[in-house]
Amino acid sequence: MTRLGVLDRISGPIARVRLEAAAGVLEAVWVGHDRLAAEVISLDGDYAMVQIYEETSGLKPGEPVEGTGAPLSVTIAPGLMGETFDGIQRPLEVVRDAQGWYLERGANVGLPERAWPFTPSVTEGQWATPGMRLGSVQETTLVTFHVLVPPGLSGTLTYVTPEGDVGHDHVVACIRDAAGVEHDVPLAQRWPVRTPRPIAARLDPNRPMITGQRVLDTFFPVVRGGSAALPGPFGAGKTVLQHSLAKWSDAQVIVYVGCGERGNEMAQVLQEFPELEDPRSGRPLMERTILVANTSNMPVAAREASVYTGITLAEAYRDQGYHVALMADSTSRWAEALREIAGRLEEMPAEEGYPAYLPSRLAAFYERAGRVTTLSGEEGSVTVIGAVSPPGGDFTEPVTQHTQRFTRAFWALDRDLASARHSPAVSWRGSYSFYEENVAAWWREETQVDWLALRRRAGDLLEEDARLEQMVRLVGADALPDRQRWVLLMASLVKEGVLRQNALHEVDAFCSPAKQVRLLKAFMTVYEAGVEALGDGVPLVRLRDAIDVNQLGRMKENVPEDGVERIDEMAVEALRAMTNLRQALLSDRGEEVPA
Amino acid sequence: MIDVKRADRINGPLLVLEGFGGASYGELVEVSSPTGTRLGEVLSAGSDAVIVELWGDTTGLRAEDVSVRFRGETLTLGVSREMLGRVFDGLGRPRDGLPEPRVDVRRDVHGAPLNPAARDYPRDVIQTGISAIDGLNTLVRGQKLPIFSGAGLPHDELASQIALQAELTGAGEDFAVVFVALGISNDVAAYFRERFEASGLLARTALFLNLADDPAMERIVTPRAALTLAEYLAFEQDAHVLVLMTDMTNYAEALRELSARKNEVPGRKGYPGYLYTDLAGLYERCGRVRGRPGSLTQIPVLSMPGDDVTHPIPDLTGYITEGQIVLSRALHRAGVYPPVDVSGSLSRLMKDGIGADATRDDHADVAAQLFAAYARTREVRSLATIMGEGALSTLDRAYLTFGAAFERDVLTQGEAETRTFAETLELAWSALSHLPASELTRISQERIDAHHTGKLDGRGATEREEVPG
Repeated sequence: MTRLGVLDRISGPIARVRLEAAAGVLEAVWVGHDRLAAEVISLDGDYAMVQIYEETSGLKPGEPVEGTGAPLSVTIAPGLMGETFDGIQRPLEVVRDAQGWYLERGANVGLPERAWPFTPSVTEGQWATPGMRLGSVQETTLVTFHVLVPPGLSGTLTYVTPEGDVGHDHVVACIRDAAGVEHDVPLAQRWPVRTPRPIAARLDPNRPMITGQRVLDTFFPVVRGGSAALPGPFGAGKTVLQHSLAKWSDAQVIVYVGCGERGNEMAQVLQEFPELEDPRSGRPLMERTILVANTSNMPVAAREASVYTGITLAEAYRDQGYHVALMADSTSRWAEALREIAGRLEEMPAEEGYPAYLPSRLAAFYERAGRVTTLSGEEGSVTVIGAVSPPGGDFTEPVTQHTQRFTRAFWALDRDLASARHSPAVSWRGSYSFYEENVAAWWREETQVDWLALRRRAGDLLEEDARLEQMVRLVGADALPDRQRWVLLMASLVKEGVLRQNALHEVDAFCSPAKQVRLLKAFMTVYEAGVEALGDGVPLVRLRDAIDVNQLGRMKENVPEDGVERIDEMAVEALRAMTNLRQALLSDRGEEVPA
Repeated sequence: MIDVKRADRINGPLLVLEGFGGASYGELVEVSSPTGTRLGEVLSAGSDAVIVELWGDTTGLRAEDVSVRFRGETLTLGVSREMLGRVFDGLGRPRDGLPEPRVDVRRDVHGAPLNPAARDYPRDVIQTGISAIDGLNTLVRGQKLPIFSGAGLPHDELASQIALQAELTGAGEDFAVVFVALGISNDVAAYFRERFEASGLLARTALFLNLADDPAMERIVTPRAALTLAEYLAFEQDAHVLVLMTDMTNYAEALRELSARKNEVPGRKGYPGYLYTDLAGLYERCGRVRGRPGSLTQIPVLSMPGDDVTHPIPDLTGYITEGQIVLSRALHRAGVYPPVDVSGSLSRLMKDGIGADATRDDHADVAAQLFAAYARTREVRSLATIMGEGALSTLDRAYLTFGAAFERDVLTQGEAETRTFAETLELAWSALSHLPASELTRISQERIDAHHTGKLDGRGATEREEVPG
């Protein structure tokens, strides 16, 4: 810590510092007698502008400012899983135990300390390269923490700590580099949040990230290492969907960033996740989850930092060879924090008051997603799902527009669907994914179904339904011919039985790929068989009576994951009923029934 | 405390002192002049200049006349239980002619954020006695549930009715109401005071009245002062506190006025870019604290300019709050009170609050069925306007009967009529009885058997008697 200067002017979360020593841009600093965390955002001759991550009331010109010599960084160490942090990685439970229920200033606490049982995987004398695994700690049942050689460091291992309990500051290895300098590698390492962690190579996406949500996996898939935007007006269910994704996605590590959102929602996550089981391992979800919670009433500068804190932690686990998913709710609040700070700095505003660098910041953030080869040659990925809260639900506003440019899947939430209590309210007409070709091979192999063709058939049905809906509004459904009413009936079955999913239902909350495909296939087969029967002259009333629409629509809830064959059986029953109708009709006419 | 005998410039609400560096950011300032004393806050604390934002009216104030006192602390409010039963102005000074209440402790009116890890997820309900809220959009202790209204709609009546009727279903629990009027007219303020006094419930209520002719800048402080008392009662005195704030549109307009006079870069419709953060700083001051029995619940009321739900004030409010109760001009014209727009309203926390232990086992099913059936009713109605009722099927006509019964018997109630959860649910069942049981797909069969009286079976839709009031 070195004295950097004194406070010269304080205005909200921004202060000007009169420098007495050299400071670096983005250097983390401590401000005032209470040592409030802050960051240098610009330098101008003898002055520096800093943004302060805490409430600034009571700060006075002349108070000291200390430098740390390093940019704003996070700690990468075992103990992150299951923790809840604020925007600059202060563990909120530790803060609560120290301060009580209100957040006071100057809580400079780190990760909770404990002894971690370390197992080395290298030996002294070995050559160490950047990203190489030095050893591991069982962080939770679900996650093994691998201690890596820091990026940029290689050399001979001159010391490796033996198997045993170690703390965060414990040096687990020493590396002598080519110049003969010894470097200590402690269990806990630091990384600057605004610098992407290096990788060996980027890989093409090849595998979907299964979310267990039918409308997403089947119609608008996201890939491991992909990025998706989730825009929607208030009340459309962004947060409920983000929670579902955090619960059921088949990522190995989840980083959930609550950025400028509701305190009660974070309380819900904190109480619910420890009790919910991961559907694959049966362990509490919290064992694979890191929460970053900077609610809307917490300091705005820390909100700006929170998405960087989140993505850096995600990259840290990616580099250990994990598939990580990051949910950011909501990136609009982050953009607003940027706008607020830019306004305080009296920067020239661009669109709607946002600074001109908004698109480049968004691009840089979403580009930190990817499926990669890590420095040590492992495969890892970071998938990013960013919620967007457009003012007035208007998707033409800057944050939605720019986010759309930098993400490849777009899950548009629709106010009308939400008010009809259709959840998740993902519009099947306004959403898209550019990843469908990337994942088609996986689905075909996994489910033995021509997935692309099946989706296309369903998409055509929904499209025809949307067209007919316009007519229904004018003349009523009863005025339509049987063939079109069958389209309406079956499209509503697809909406009810596939697209609509109950996040609170024990069976329905998560739907496996196998079940997704079976459900959609069942409905499409019944639909197409019905079209043929109608073509033969079977009246719609008879057709409708022959199948149990209600039962088909409830298969999603009534058929558990371990009995998905039941879906095929029910489809066969419906087909048989329809065939019987056709046979009866045709034999009445004395015609031959096609097999 | 530092006294300075002059100011250099006064520009609207801003007072500039040059060559002075002794102020701290956010510090409370008293500005005295021959015309009186005003309060303000340090907006920018520099080593050679200080900018102060004044809350009072600055008309006629001259820089050379003033003396400025820096109080060395932020704005605080003395709080105590004795403030219940009293009427205050927008800065928390008695407005009822009685002496200052005894003070237990002084608190910074800006409050401090609740640590998310210290929050408890809200699960217990409040009975407002209003069927449209209790039945379909249940309010949960610790929730913030705004009322989105419009000019000329009866939100004042509804807000005061809730304040008077609201009660906890558990016996013997400590309940208090903090009623915050923001920029309302003198006659509306008089209406509120009379209703509270006539009800005899003033004893459990603290009123903070900032009237339309009070300085707009005081309006920035009023909700903060009121919430400071509410937080004290809820989290330190273990009370369940319901805060009603009306009209938040006046608050946001005061914020815009101040922002414009500070020459800040405007955001949408001229509101400052930090409107979301500012509103969140108020709305997030509610909830529950782990290990403490009390709760702080908010019902902010706002009138949507031009009935436009995408206007920045309702829009940003809706992004922060846990749902919204929307009032409908069409229902109001049709004589429905309270005119709650069922399809636009939502309580996000309802699902975790209701049920056998709290309200009744059939509550969730019945509410879901009402939403679905009423949505269908609206479709049938638009069809009927095109094709005429005569062209409708029997089932469609049953929906029309249901819709009329629902609006007349469930939604509509008297301005002084309160209903229990059970009464609301019984009325709901009675409206649903106009539909055949096979239409009640959201309700389990056992509950249909237990409650559905099957009015359509043979007897046709019968008229209900008048609702007891």
